Amino acid sequence: MNAQVQPLPAAATAAPRKRRLLGAAHVPLATTIALFVAMGAFGSLSYTGFFSAQVFLNLLIDNAFLCIVAVGMTFVILSGGIDLSVGSVVALTTMVCAALVEHHHWSAAIVIPLVLAGGMAFGALMGVLIQRFRLQPFIVTLAGMFLARGLCYLISIDSISITDPFFTAVAQARLPVWGEEVSITVSALLALGLVAVAVFMAHGTQWGRTVYAIGGNEHSAVLMGLPVARTTVLVYAFSGFCSALGGVVFSFYMLSGYGLHAMGLELDAIAAVVIGGTLLTGGVGYVIGTLFGVLILGVIQTLISFDGTLSSWWTRIVIGTLLLVFCLLQRLMEARRR
Amino acid sequence: MTIWRRLQAHALFWPLTTLALLLAINAVFNPGFMHLQWRDGHLYGNLIDILNRASPLILVSLGMTMVIATRGIDISVGAVVAISAAIAALMIGGKLIINDGVPVYESRFPMPLAIAAALAVALACGLWNGLLVARIGMQPIIATLILMVAGRGVAQLITGGQIITVYYKPYFVLGNGYLLGLPVALYIAAAVFAVLALAVHRTALGLFVQAIGINPVAARLAGVRERAITVCVYGFCGFTAGVAGLLVSSNVKSADGNNAGQLMELDAILAVTLGGTLLSGGRFSLAGSVVGALIIQTLTSTIYSIGVPPEINLVVKAAVVFVVMLMQSAEFRRTVRGWVFRPAATASTGSAAGSV
Repeated sequence: MNAQVQPLPAAATAAPRKRRLLGAAHVPLATTIALFVAMGAFGSLSYTGFFSAQVFLNLLIDNAFLCIVAVGMTFVILSGGIDLSVGSVVALTTMVCAALVEHHHWSAAIVIPLVLAGGMAFGALMGVLIQRFRLQPFIVTLAGMFLARGLCYLISIDSISITDPFFTAVAQARLPVWGEEVSITVSALLALGLVAVAVFMAHGTQWGRTVYAIGGNEHSAVLMGLPVARTTVLVYAFSGFCSALGGVVFSFYMLSGYGLHAMGLELDAIAAVVIGGTLLTGGVGYVIGTLFGVLILGVIQTLISFDGTLSSWWTRIVIGTLLLVFCLLQRLMEARRR
Repeated sequence: MTIWRRLQAHALFWPLTTLALLLAINAVFNPGFMHLQWRDGHLYGNLIDILNRASPLILVSLGMTMVIATRGIDISVGAVVAISAAIAALMIGGKLIINDGVPVYESRFPMPLAIAAALAVALACGLWNGLLVARIGMQPIIATLILMVAGRGVAQLITGGQIITVYYKPYFVLGNGYLLGLPVALYIAAAVFAVLALAVHRTALGLFVQAIGINPVAARLAGVRERAITVCVYGFCGFTAGVAGLLVSSNVKSADGNNAGQLMELDAILAVTLGGTLLSGGRFSLAGSVVGALIIQTLTSTIYSIGVPPEINLVVKAAVVFVVMLMQSAEFRRTVRGWVFRPAATASTGSAAGSV
């Protein structure tokens, strides 16, 4: 963007030619999608049975909760913050759902809106602390992570299995997509729906554009008269809402509430957002990139399970390596733009 | 009055008060808490136990203090603890051999070699973080996130996904042994503290680190070798995590790639914050971090000893973090002062701050 201003000949000649093909902001997104296609192609060529619509849909089905959580995380990172509490809010949501439905026999129609509102309030509270008292997002959400995880254990140390008819019905429901064999779950549809809504929120609403502005430069956003305080609080509230929704979907997926659920999910969510091409410094990125980031994490797991000889910990090593590559790519782009 | 003021202004006043308060609560609930006795040739009691268990956390907190002082953060220390523990346990292993009726423990590699290898790898992990931060210019939290994610995988790769048990007796001295009545682990932590304190307070290193934390660009312009020092600080943090890994694996006589050092990065950050080090860099206190680590270990022990379910531990920790960070926030102190001294003016300042 600043290529014309800077008298760097190499950057000045390279940047405009490139922009006609692909905007600088689109390069990470394009890389992500290309990587996803390449990994899918590699899997299809290497393993029989990999290239099928159901394997692809399973990526969504098995990672629906991660996708939902990562969408909330995308907005937080776009605004220049970070939310480490998402994994434990997911666990707390499963726990509250299970305890209310199983021990207190509340109806799912009351419990689900209740936990969604609770997650939103939890996020909003952290947002207020961050915005009002100028605290670092990292440390506030860290405390939120401790708190939510601790509250789980206060409800129960043991896992509570969910036998409620509504939850089991939703968990087992399969919506046919393509004939009888290819089907999708309610959770995966919820995740896709949320991605669609989030894309609209990011680009079609004043709030979304303010988030980008804050991430670009908070001080300028304040000087422009944008509602920075309200938007920041709402960003964390939205992330809290997404975590709670992710928790509901996770309780459909696991059919239990447990304090040890979703350990380290925040790392996977951050990894998905970064691999999806969102700049960690804020202000640049796309929600749709996060969807592909989640799908790439899913493909890695699927590839490793199809291979059969590789152990599960290779997933973590590969994710770490991908994170490194994408961070280096981001640094390279930032250096080029300067 | 002035003495009281000066005491209150001292950096260690609040951490030490908190620690004393916790110890007092313990002493009230558990009359035998302060009791020390000589048993089996060493001191024995709750206080000694706390010191022994706090040693790994003290070590990690010391490294973390230096990193945070340069405006950084290292969230990979837990993973480095796991890697170091895994390497040491794998290389020592050990088995019992009966030679002429005398049981002899044998290690796979000589113990010094195993320890050196574990520490070297931990140091390399730290230097890698430092290079990403100082050379590539990544944000510290992201640079160390990479190792945090991949490191656990590497640790599990080393242990083969199993919990490796160590049978080699001399290795247990590190985590369970006693020297002159006190735990060996405590001596190790004290030695690292002494060396670091000398380097920081008797040379210009402390000043340089502080300068980098306050303003890295200004420090570089003033001639401080900012990048080299940053790399070294992360390297040191990796090294202390490695030593902590040795102590942990020696204490539990095994290495678990998945769970060793779990959430240790958070405890260390909490200890550093409690000790009065600013998370925004610049001001730091080594002694404060040691006290912070002792507070956390005492808190954990208290929760166990007064019969509160241990699950509350996390909730209490969360409450402590919230209180400490609100106390550190200038905006919060101003707001509270507004509530206390000018109840009428609060509404107007509150709405003004809200609209900004």
